[in-house]
Amino acid sequence: MGLLSKKDSKLITDPLADNNPITIQVLGICSALAITAELKASLVMGIAVLFVLGIGNVVISLMRNIIPSKIRIIVQLIVVATLVIIVDQVLKAFAYELSKTLSVFIGLIITNCIIMGRFEAFALGNGPWRAFLDGIGNALGYAVILIIVGFFRELLGSGTLFGIPVLGDAIEKTGVYALGYENNGFMLMPPMALIIVGLIIWVQRSRNKALIED
Amino acid sequence: MAVNTDKNSYTILFAIAMVVVVGSLLAFTASSLKPTIEENERMEKQQNILYAIGVNENGDNDIVFVGTDKVGDLFSTKISEQLVLESKDGNIVKQMTRQEYMTANNNQEPYLIDVKKQQANAKAGASRLLPLFVGEKDGQTVYVAPIRGKGLWDAIWGYVALDKNMVIQGVFFDHAGETPGLGANIKQRYFMDDFEGEHLLSDTGAFKGITVAKGNNDPLNERKEDFKVDALAGATITGDGIAAMIKNDLKLYVPFFENLKKQTN
Repeated sequence: MGLLSKKDSKLITDPLADNNPITIQVLGICSALAITAELKASLVMGIAVLFVLGIGNVVISLMRNIIPSKIRIIVQLIVVATLVIIVDQVLKAFAYELSKTLSVFIGLIITNCIIMGRFEAFALGNGPWRAFLDGIGNALGYAVILIIVGFFRELLGSGTLFGIPVLGDAIEKTGVYALGYENNGFMLMPPMALIIVGLIIWVQRSRNKALIED
Repeated sequence: MAVNTDKNSYTILFAIAMVVVVGSLLAFTASSLKPTIEENERMEKQQNILYAIGVNENGDNDIVFVGTDKVGDLFSTKISEQLVLESKDGNIVKQMTRQEYMTANNNQEPYLIDVKKQQANAKAGASRLLPLFVGEKDGQTVYVAPIRGKGLWDAIWGYVALDKNMVIQGVFFDHAGETPGLGANIKQRYFMDDFEGEHLLSDTGAFKGITVAKGNNDPLNERKEDFKVDALAGATITGDGIAAMIKNDLKLYVPFFENLKKQTN
């Protein structure tokens, strides 16, 4: 990344691994459990958060010197809610199909603690450019975990990826199903997302001992 | 610029300014986009009704509506009549033929009747208006009825195409906010297609409805007269919601179909 200084590029790369919002900071778990039963939903949610967090961080950062500290959380909430509603309305008017796909995510974005967490922890104390990079980095870190979890849940739970059957037909018993393989319905349940996130945390910490807390 | 952002007066002024700015911004966005959004919703209703009578551009597994550019024309070619029934006895209170509804003032058409509002009316004790659309599928007359109910998180609704014996010829379901990958799968082909050919009435003509059943041991849905379709894994409450809205809403149409039978016999 020639465009960015080393310090700036760390803002993007850190949240992807060693300071991942889900696996290290344990933020945004709620939506990670709710929507990762299929890969497409995970991807869409990742993109939606990328958009809102990138812009929201910039807006908060621009306002950081005039926001009264007593009501800063409410102000942050209003900024997210406004952004989300405007995006929702614009999509409904000009990309109706897409807005139907996104419908439930719109509400989930507002409640996503990563967004409030980054506003509070980073955007309030940094300039717009760095806040933007931080927002993009954290949203990507979030999206990566969502996609990994979604991949395994959809593959093992429904035998499909992006809704396309990849393991053969479960009812007609073709592909691997002919060998006696069965889809694991448990994978579709939210608790399995927690277990997969747990496994990712395990793998990550066993590879990087510095992450292990006492 | 040194402003004391901790002062109470500043906090209050900031809050007021924020509310005014955000409020007017949202009001402006909402009101300027409203006509476009309503037009989209209107076209979606037509697409949904057409989908229920098998007019769509589906591939093997996906759901593709007819394009928004031709949905208006297709709707008026495929739907020969729009009816409004009265919930008490199934009598027709309004009947619009193709010529009539095409020339009618835009807001008068029965397909624009808000089912949610009508359900609220019925709850309040008033009678409920039931829209019904007469179309054709594979050469036989079908009647499309809108239904609406509750899923796990939010509203679910749909359009059911019935033949004159109340055998389902096609359905379309949609939802406001069911869980993606679980309840949201009511909108998948493999769920909706199962309803095709299912009977709603028993041999004696009693209304049975359809249960979205777990473990009915019929994953290919070969038994069409068992009043059951196979449930979705992890979506029990959404499935129950589907069964309930079919039972509650389609039941109201039974008198109409009884009258229809009497007339044709």
